[in-house]
Amino acid sequence: MPYLGSEDVVKELKKALSNPHIQADRLRYRNVIQRVIRMPKLDQWGQAEVLNFLLRYQPRSEEELFDILNLLDGFLKSSSPGVVMGATKLFLILANKFPHVQTDVLVQVKGPLLAACSSESRELCFAALCHVRQILHSLPGHFSSHYKKFFCSYSEPHYIKLQKVEVLCELVNDENVQQVLEELRGYCTDVSADFAQAAIFAIGGIARTYTDQCVQILTELLGLRQEHITTVVVQTFRDLVWLCPQCTEAVCQALPGCEENIQDSEGKQALIWLLGVHGERIPNAPYVLEDFVENVKSETFPAVKMELLTALLRLFLSRPAECQDMLGRLLHYCIEEEKDMAVRDRGLFYYRLLLAGIDEVKRVLCSPKSDPSLGLLEDQAERPVNSWASDFNTLAPVYGKARWATISKYQGAERRGPELPNTASFATSGPLIPEESKETGQELPDSGALTLVPNCQLTAEYFEKTWFSLKVAHQQVFPWRGAVHPDTLQMALQVVNMQTIAMSRAGAHPWKAYLSAQDDTGCLFLTELLLEPENSEMQISVKQNEPRTETLNSFISVLETVLGTIGDIKS
Amino acid sequence: MISQFFILSSKGDPLIYKDFRGDSGGRDVAELFYRKLTGLPGDESPVVMVTSGGEHHDDRHFIHIRHSGLYLVATTSENISPFSLLELLSRLATLLGDYCGSLSEGTISRNVALVYELLDEVLDYGYVQTTSMEMLRNFIQTEAVVSKPFSLFDLSSVGLFGAETQQSKVAPSSAASRPVLASRSDQSQKNEVFLDVVERLSVLIASNGSLLKVDVQGEIRLKSFLPSGSEMRIGLTEEFCVGKSELRGYGPGIRVDEVSFHSSVLLEEFESHRILRLQPPQGELTVMRYQLSDDLPSPLPFRLFPSVQWDRGSGRLQVYLKLRCDLPPKSQALNVRLHLPLPRGVVSLSQELSGPEQKAELGEGALRWDLPRVQGGSQLSGLFQMDVPGLPGPPGQGPSTSAPLGLGPASLSFELPRHTCSGLQVRFLRLAFRPCGNANPHKWVRHLSHSDAYVIRI
Repeated sequence: MPYLGSEDVVKELKKALSNPHIQADRLRYRNVIQRVIRMPKLDQWGQAEVLNFLLRYQPRSEEELFDILNLLDGFLKSSSPGVVMGATKLFLILANKFPHVQTDVLVQVKGPLLAACSSESRELCFAALCHVRQILHSLPGHFSSHYKKFFCSYSEPHYIKLQKVEVLCELVNDENVQQVLEELRGYCTDVSADFAQAAIFAIGGIARTYTDQCVQILTELLGLRQEHITTVVVQTFRDLVWLCPQCTEAVCQALPGCEENIQDSEGKQALIWLLGVHGERIPNAPYVLEDFVENVKSETFPAVKMELLTALLRLFLSRPAECQDMLGRLLHYCIEEEKDMAVRDRGLFYYRLLLAGIDEVKRVLCSPKSDPSLGLLEDQAERPVNSWASDFNTLAPVYGKARWATISKYQGAERRGPELPNTASFATSGPLIPEESKETGQELPDSGALTLVPNCQLTAEYFEKTWFSLKVAHQQVFPWRGAVHPDTLQMALQVVNMQTIAMSRAGAHPWKAYLSAQDDTGCLFLTELLLEPENSEMQISVKQNEPRTETLNSFISVLETVLGTIGDIKS
Repeated sequence: MISQFFILSSKGDPLIYKDFRGDSGGRDVAELFYRKLTGLPGDESPVVMVTSGGEHHDDRHFIHIRHSGLYLVATTSENISPFSLLELLSRLATLLGDYCGSLSEGTISRNVALVYELLDEVLDYGYVQTTSMEMLRNFIQTEAVVSKPFSLFDLSSVGLFGAETQQSKVAPSSAASRPVLASRSDQSQKNEVFLDVVERLSVLIASNGSLLKVDVQGEIRLKSFLPSGSEMRIGLTEEFCVGKSELRGYGPGIRVDEVSFHSSVLLEEFESHRILRLQPPQGELTVMRYQLSDDLPSPLPFRLFPSVQWDRGSGRLQVYLKLRCDLPPKSQALNVRLHLPLPRGVVSLSQELSGPEQKAELGEGALRWDLPRVQGGSQLSGLFQMDVPGLPGPPGQGPSTSAPLGLGPASLSFELPRHTCSGLQVRFLRLAFRPCGNANPHKWVRHLSHSDAYVIRI
């Protein structure tokens, strides 16, 4: 901090903020925080940085926690979005045991977030929208009264429009559903096909709750007879029928006539699936499928042919008279002339299935036609604030959950070996829990005491002698699937300062490993891992040379975290 | 903490490249960024991008903003706050604009040395040191190269500070696009202050004419060429109230929902007299931001009365648009453009417009109606006839008044000089600064509203 640092005070204070000794003394720490906050020289970058420093601190008592929150309250009203978001994150993390405080903070930050969402800077607007979505995952009604702020304007870039449509889809409730649907309907005829399709999918998402209104809108869209719209609407119908069986009738009435406007693989598959599964309610279903059978030679997508085979066989079960002839033709074509092996095999399979008798066919093909419980499961994916608090104000929400997962996985695997830095720093840094491992840190019982010493070198003989002289202090089983990769495990254990004494080859049955570790007080932990081939469990036995339950518990949770992580990577 | 910073022109040529930490690949990163940006599929967000480096295993996040056609890109390998970083990038854009006059490909490439010097001071090893003008002016020695000497009488070019308008008569337009720290020898034109009240208006009107959404985002922006530390006071309309409950004066009052001020603004007199006191640093500064939704004190600037006649049998679509401007008679709207998406397959357009200077044309599946100037209180109309062969619709023959799917919603874009939709005005701008021997400082105060999204459903 050269310019700020010309005042040594600032430098000192910043150091002090992350100094464990000062952190241990509550009054001194409070004093430091107060002096930093009052620092007139601190510009917005400095403030954001200080807020980041404070993340590393864990208040000792509830009283101290609220003391700190009160001191920092002013930052939530800063004019710089960076500072506001930094403060929000700090509040969310510090108050992780007080859900009402977290909700209060999110209410306070609503204004600044909405302002950023309509900011002139497109990029800032995008980042804010991503965070709004993050909040909505936990508090679905949080922005419902502000739904108008998320209406798109035609001059906005594509990526903002898509985010806004997602937000609209998530904040819909009884009061605003009419307006939101009307707005989304306008987007469906947008010049940009991508955006129009995103809007249709969004209506499909809302349809899980407000089925009738949405199905009506989607049916109207079919009347436009435009390819890019029809195909997406039919796909939406397929997903909808599966989740909400009550709309089947309406969908079946809307379907006739769509086949003329579908050219792409996805749309065709969806249509054929619908005709096959609900064919008995659609009068002209056999004739539509017949058209597809006639043109099967010129069909370019193998997936469509497979779908056609299944659908026709299903329809044959409910309307045999109309389908028998063309089913024969289709099977003949698929077995005799088709070049794609998957399609040919599917054809042969159905042929042999038919030979086994109609009852057998029914048993195989008449699966349930809908699964409403799936929709309910998805709806209830409300996640607690704490599950994303540590990701708030980072790049993770901006990338989106799925992309971030691939990015961090890749980085984890490439750069630092298996994803273990969290547990490692947790094990070595004692009470100073860094922000990423906050989650893990909270769940563990008072883990502060354990610090494993690196480079504890035990000889195999000494290990053996100690092992036999001690009693098992703790034994448990750990769920495990498949084989073990000794190298990965060894590397992972090394990160948390556990040494591998001996280990079986990969694939050996039963598979065994012996580990040792020592904490800073000299207490030894000796561990045996045993994997029996027939059980899907790893048996863990730990021996300790000094009987101390707390450290033992901490040790076991570290070990479990490591094993859990390795297991995750593998599966 | 950022690893690299670079500026690319709109065509992808690197103009500025600076590596702060030396922890990641060389200059080809800029090229990689541009390749990724142009190769993006439609649904991905270009604000943040990740690259997985090859042999070095260096994964970098690119975060960029687009500013006046340039890409300002920062790379980082840490999971940092996107808000702070985006703020930093826009602050850098403002700073470069202040130092080089305006931010464009030309000014950047003329001032490469200055830009590098500035970057050196602002960021150290990827950490922000300072972005304040007062701090930086002590360290920056290079002077900006201006393309042509500034002349007060050069009124030809358009483009005011703040927003683009055609109001070239009001202020010397190039005044705002000169470097804030004018060359040290040239003291004569230093004393100028520009104060802009800019409002962006987003409106959504339902097909029955009822108002669904009104949203005003306002800003008071200041660009000061005065020596820093000179105090000024900005007086706002006295009836200005914040929040729904506050009441001031006897009239309807000027009400906004939320206000935030720049940290350098002193608010002692704000409660009593609505006066902002500040000692602005040189350069650009957003003094105050405010938002207002749903309650607008004045009528909306435009009303559109569409009527649609659609003969399904002949495929003839007739759209009659009547546009009424509800501004006070003395005001006017500039650069009004109406954009109306049309159903697919429109082949011909015949038009009858109410004025000779108007223009209407088809393009990209939409109708564009340009009205360069609309006087307050006036009413304009346009009759458009189109042929839409093969447009499907509800059964029934003959003309119908229901709009076919795919028509609308209409959106308007416009500028309203000397008008604020919230009614907020700057009463005065007083400078406590005593010029030593120079002429009095020039003060330019402007009010301007423009449309962000003004959508009317049909």
